[in-house]
Amino acid sequence: MQLDELDDLYREVILDHYRRSRNPQHLADAEVQADGNNPFCGDEVALQVKLNGRGVIQAMGRQGKGCAISQASASMLTEVLQGKTLQEAERLGRAFRRMMQGEPLQAQEREALGPLEALEGVRKFPIRIKCALLAWSILEEGVESYRRRQG
Amino acid sequence: MFDPRAIRKDFPILSRTVHGKPLVYLDNAATSQKPRQVVQALAECYESYNSNVHRGVHTLSMEATDRYEAARKKVAEFIHAPSDRQIIFTRNTTESINLVAHTWARERLGQGDEVLTTEMEHHSNLVPWQQVAAERGARLRFIPVTPEGTLDLSTLDSLLNERTRLVAAVHTSNVLGTINPIQELARRAHEAGALMLVDGAQSVPHMPVDVQALDCDFLAFSAHKMLGPTGIGVLYVKESVLEGMEPFLRGGEMVREVWYERATWNELPFRFEAGTPNFADAIALGAAVDYLNALGMDSVRQHEVEITRYALEAFRELEDVEVLGPRDGNLRGGLIAFSVSGAHPHDLGTFLDREGIALRTGHHCVMPLHRKLGLTASARASFYVYNVSEEVDTLVHGLKRALDYFTHAVRRAR
Repeated sequence: MQLDELDDLYREVILDHYRRSRNPQHLADAEVQADGNNPFCGDEVALQVKLNGRGVIQAMGRQGKGCAISQASASMLTEVLQGKTLQEAERLGRAFRRMMQGEPLQAQEREALGPLEALEGVRKFPIRIKCALLAWSILEEGVESYRRRQG
Repeated sequence: MFDPRAIRKDFPILSRTVHGKPLVYLDNAATSQKPRQVVQALAECYESYNSNVHRGVHTLSMEATDRYEAARKKVAEFIHAPSDRQIIFTRNTTESINLVAHTWARERLGQGDEVLTTEMEHHSNLVPWQQVAAERGARLRFIPVTPEGTLDLSTLDSLLNERTRLVAAVHTSNVLGTINPIQELARRAHEAGALMLVDGAQSVPHMPVDVQALDCDFLAFSAHKMLGPTGIGVLYVKESVLEGMEPFLRGGEMVREVWYERATWNELPFRFEAGTPNFADAIALGAAVDYLNALGMDSVRQHEVEITRYALEAFRELEDVEVLGPRDGNLRGGLIAFSVSGAHPHDLGTFLDREGIALRTGHHCVMPLHRKLGLTASARASFYVYNVSEEVDTLVHGLKRALDYFTHAVRRAR
């Protein structure tokens, strides 16, 4: 068994988020509500984003069912985005996507990604990259639809 | 004497390694491996007599035509069809079912008519009926699945009625493994004045199937799941039904005479095979049928019953594993789908791949049934003629380690 490569995929911090999901509570009054799935594998994620008066993310909720990668990625996302604006969240999402595509990142982008950097090992398993990106795609759609409602 | 160890020697792929481990191929319900005899038949066609069939008067064309039609005859005999005129070559099971949906069903279904299918169908025996039902104003109804994973036949009295035109059911479920009582379903369908279509994708490769004994009107299956090549499938249709069916695709080969304004149709089954057919793969399917016949389909079935029973017994040791479908190995085909509490099928699949084990993970193209079972996905091990009990042991050992990895072990932080 090549546990090393597997350990790169399933870093301890990932398994920790998978076993003990952060922010599992559903926020019914959140401004951004989004859910979606990956029809290929059936993974599901629902996200809620509660903003304060200045447009800063005050709280997030997330629920879902699926593999360790998709669920840990979603759990980490809720932790990392606390205190950020939607614009900052989107910028971070783009950096995360670039990391998953193997593009170079600036040091400050890496720092901002925090625990999400642990998901870089997923790149060695191309079929699983979609799992890591699922929550981010859902968040993007949710933010877009929130902005449309705001006009 | 059925000897899987001797059989393995005919399959070069089974001696390769994956991530440094011997390949344990347990994804046969998705596609089977191919013996040398099938690969050779394909190569021989292209190297020695390749030529378009049913056209030229030259030697190669006649040789190719003879082999193509010999393959059709082999397939007819394999499923005990009364005549090879009833064997239509298609691309796969899905195309076979679509052919029936686009021809017979489109002509015969009217407003308020009903198609009765089951809650355990593969998307290929569900989505075509959704489409034609919507188009014709017909209604799709479903025979429910019991908690044991069998069809609830007590509902037939209320589900079958004078509006039922077709009963479409899977022979062996690719998720539950359940072998459905097709003979009884066909009898009940006919009593109600309906026809019977059988999805044989998971049954024809694995057990003796006799279309006359089943008394089905349509049987669809694929070559690639029965040691044959990809890209070739079969539709059997009862001759009385076939006579009244309009062609599906139109063009060359399927016509008798053509004028600028109109055309008349070729005889059966050629009117359903427009254009140059996939004769090379059909001939290789013939070689796969020869191979299975030499093993004997009763022996193939017996082997799968034994290895499935062995696996079901071994799975009992695994507390967190829940097997889907009937517990009795006699009631099921050679496949076991399961869910695991604490580990997602995709994570299991990735982990086991590192051990050289090929498993299917996901919804297996059966989303509605997974939804009904409260699952988004499951893992599935499926067996064939070359699988041995040691491979089940490897799987069980791998599953134990995977469970440990995902649920129990505390590893060093990195």
